[in-house]
Amino acid sequence: MNNRTRTAWLFLAPMIILMIVVAAWPLGRSIWFSFTETNINDLAASRFVGFENYFGEFGLFANPNHSEGFWRSDWGVSIRNTFTFAFFSVGLETLAGLGVAMLLNQEFRGRAFVRTAVLVPWAIPTIVSAKMWGWMLHDQFGIINQMMVNAGLIAQKVAWTADPQYAMWTVVAVDVWKTTPFMALLILAALQTLPKDCYEAAKVDGVHPLRLFWKVTLPLIKGPLLVAVIFRLLDALRVFDLIFVLTSNSSSTISMSGFVRREMIDNGNMGYGSAASTSLFLIIFLAAFIFMRLARVKLSEESA
Amino acid sequence: MKHRPLWGTVVLYALAALVVLISVYPFLYAVSTSFKSGAALFDTNLWPTAPSFANYIGLFEGSQPFGRHLLNSIMVATLTVTCAVLLGVTAAYALGRIQFKGKGLLLLAILGVSMFPQVAVLSGMFELIQSLGLYNRALGLVVPYTIFTLPFTVWILTTFMRQLPKELEEAAIMDGCGPLRIIFLVFMPLLWPALVSTGLLAFIGAWNEFLFALTFVVDDAERTVPVSISLISGANAFEIPWGSIMAASVVVTVPLLALVLVFQKKIVSGLTAGAVKG
Amino acid sequence: MNVQMNRQSRYSLFLTKLVAAFVPVIAISLAAMTPAHAVTVTIACGTNGADFEFCKRHTGEWAKKTGNTVKLFSQPISTTDSLALYRQLFAAKSTDVDIIIVDVVWPGIIKDHLLDLKKYSKGVESQHFPAIVANNTVDGKLLGMPWFTDAGLLYYRKDLLDKHGLKVPDTWEDLAAAAKKVQAAERTPAAADFQGFVFPAKAFEGLSCVALEWVASYGGGSIVDSSGKVTINNASAVKALNTAASWIGTISPNGVLNYAEEDTRGVFQNGKALFMRNWPYAYSLMQAPDSPVKGKFGVAPLPKGGAGGKNAATLGGWQLAVTKYSKVPDAAADLVMFMTSAEVQKDRAIKGSYNPTRPDLYKDKDVIAANPFMASLLDVFTNAVARPSTATGIKYPEVSQAFWDATHDVLSKKSTGEEAVRKLEGRLNQVKRNKW
Repeated sequence: MNNRTRTAWLFLAPMIILMIVVAAWPLGRSIWFSFTETNINDLAASRFVGFENYFGEFGLFANPNHSEGFWRSDWGVSIRNTFTFAFFSVGLETLAGLGVAMLLNQEFRGRAFVRTAVLVPWAIPTIVSAKMWGWMLHDQFGIINQMMVNAGLIAQKVAWTADPQYAMWTVVAVDVWKTTPFMALLILAALQTLPKDCYEAAKVDGVHPLRLFWKVTLPLIKGPLLVAVIFRLLDALRVFDLIFVLTSNSSSTISMSGFVRREMIDNGNMGYGSAASTSLFLIIFLAAFIFMRLARVKLSEESA
Repeated sequence: MKHRPLWGTVVLYALAALVVLISVYPFLYAVSTSFKSGAALFDTNLWPTAPSFANYIGLFEGSQPFGRHLLNSIMVATLTVTCAVLLGVTAAYALGRIQFKGKGLLLLAILGVSMFPQVAVLSGMFELIQSLGLYNRALGLVVPYTIFTLPFTVWILTTFMRQLPKELEEAAIMDGCGPLRIIFLVFMPLLWPALVSTGLLAFIGAWNEFLFALTFVVDDAERTVPVSISLISGANAFEIPWGSIMAASVVVTVPLLALVLVFQKKIVSGLTAGAVKG
Repeated sequence: MNVQMNRQSRYSLFLTKLVAAFVPVIAISLAAMTPAHAVTVTIACGTNGADFEFCKRHTGEWAKKTGNTVKLFSQPISTTDSLALYRQLFAAKSTDVDIIIVDVVWPGIIKDHLLDLKKYSKGVESQHFPAIVANNTVDGKLLGMPWFTDAGLLYYRKDLLDKHGLKVPDTWEDLAAAAKKVQAAERTPAAADFQGFVFPAKAFEGLSCVALEWVASYGGGSIVDSSGKVTINNASAVKALNTAASWIGTISPNGVLNYAEEDTRGVFQNGKALFMRNWPYAYSLMQAPDSPVKGKFGVAPLPKGGAGGKNAATLGGWQLAVTKYSKVPDAAADLVMFMTSAEVQKDRAIKGSYNPTRPDLYKDKDVIAANPFMASLLDVFTNAVARPSTATGIKYPEVSQAFWDATHDVLSKKSTGEEAVRKLEGRLNQVKRNKW
């Protein structure tokens, strides 16, 4: 092992040790539970059942009791809901974040104030902002309905969070509001780190700003942008708080994390719930892997 | 001075105003609600007809030591960010600038930690925290928070590290700098935008975390702010004390905004990226 | 000189030895004279401001009487979060809390972690409502002492019923007809959002309570009977759910599908509804000086399901229980008996409107003087319907969730009463496996 490699592992050692000590036990335990029948009532009385929680008679997949097919079962519905949510939410907030970051990259008076204001949605705790939006979207005394009725946009007050037609889109909208600052901040950092001389050269050459953006800016910020998108994707696939607080939380709008929490904590089925959460982990892993392949993210690239 | 056409300036300022309005309006609503009480809470006007500080005073004089909770949160979040950034920067140097076998796998493994839903690791983490003797102490929360902030911190810093020019590093090595000096004296100044961004996001993440804070700390004096807000109760079992909750949310968000105002200058200091030329 | 000192010092030495010999004897006798049990009991007895005040006062009285100390434990506001937290603490056999306040549906769920209070109660539980005591008794063990109770009520706008010449509805059909008539009349352009009937129908435990009332009022049973048999698949239950579904969009807004108790109260308190189903707590809140409906509303038992039905109200309320892992069980049980005694319950009823669990107190003139409407509640509480939590034990959360999901589907017109009830039966049998 040459000197440089040794330095690398030396620098990585504290982080790796910490991760193994702290993260390995809980994660390992969770995966272990998924192969047992355990109830939170008595953790010691757990029984090893192999893959029964996954594929057995009362399991998650291939369950003969799913009379209307897998995709109509609670677990199947939660997978569909979560992916729909993640796709639209991450897509919209990336576009919005890009826009806001480009805006903040310009020089204008009051920029500091705007930058701070833009971070407000991300800074408010999720539970609070979810309750706040729930309040504002309330069908009887919510201010949104009031304003829309007064402006003549809608005839009658709409139950934004209760009506199954609108619930998913309402949640997506609130999530985009909340997480755009996250994307904007990271993209802005990337834009600020770009070498200015590229731009000077392009401007002198008289390149159209749109082409400049597409051919120069975007490829240069691709690295941080993709990392931001990956992490947002992971977060979106694990969404829980927003749907829990904002919607009526019935089986038809539940997310995968919501399903896990319901089974593990509300129903006390640690084994079944852990199988769901391990499946969630594998599904997310697969999604992230596919995404990185598609976006051609190289992990072992030599430095620029 | 840059030359910008007039219509460009107008559009720019209009867009900025729109962005600010959408971002801040719900918060303004929260602020206005925090000044209302009683039946006025159910009324849809933006500005309260009879504003009062009662909710704010009630926060600090209530049955929960809210002031103490604020201090706990500040301590926990600051420590988390410090640990995460220190560990993250050194790890990012290794992952971003040194080529070695197993790097890709390691990065994926780190990412994997972020793929588990919090609720799944809850009981395992509970057992671990108890065995380490960190149960029921605010400081004990720093450990799980650091672990769950690290993947994101490491990945972002690695990406930014990777983009730093090799010539700078080679010049420093020729000057006889060891890796630590390279990281802290040469690269850190260039990484300020990334450091501030990840630091801020890590701080906000630790500040607002709820599930672990609720389960691992049951002693009133050691609680952090999100749990404190969830414990704010009304006069009876079903009442949701909107006024108090909004007041608490305002008090809790303002330090974060102050932090952003102070540090956001640093996000712009990437102008030195041109230092390599010539 | 030496000899003199020697004698003096020998004398003082002797005195010192004498005193030294007696000190331990004195110390032990002093110790024996102080009460043997100066212990600290930790109690979680409420989540909100009013609860805390009462708790502090009453536990303080007990502490003074017995010389022990009482520490108050803060628990989360949400019942689900509380239950989750307690189950986590039980899994760790924690001694952080000795006495906990137990929701009426919890005894079956956490039965393995609570102490049998029969040897401490010495039969005093017969002075409480039998339905509640039966609810708290699992496998012959009394796991919780009833502390205060709750049941669903019908709130109505007196002034509007009088204005339109209607009386308080006796059946759900009467209610629907009255609501339709008044809603049509009261929905002027200025009050375009006036509703006939509001109730909590969000997919949560509260919906199970509300739906159970409908089902029971039509004679459809209580989902799972006391022997553990799944009884929900019957024609009366179907009729109940279909009737409720017919209200959404006609006399109830779509929004109720996301209402909890407070949203419902908000609409009624703003004067925007004719009828409301809610718990008794709303009464005193709506009589506050700044309430738009102060003095304009009344309460009544919930309507029957058709002429052959009965008034059914779901039993709510809370009990006090001692955890099995407590290091001070005797002191804790004593505190529990004190808090559930007639004196303390009477004080709480008069000053805090907490509904007592002792039938005698509903005839007490001081209690009635402070809360006139409590007199009408005695029948409601005596005949309240309990959710099947005791029969279904630790699987109750799943049972309740399946029930409220099925109901929510029917209410949001995703499925008919027949289909929903049939699927529910299948699902409950799966949850049951072979035994609860």
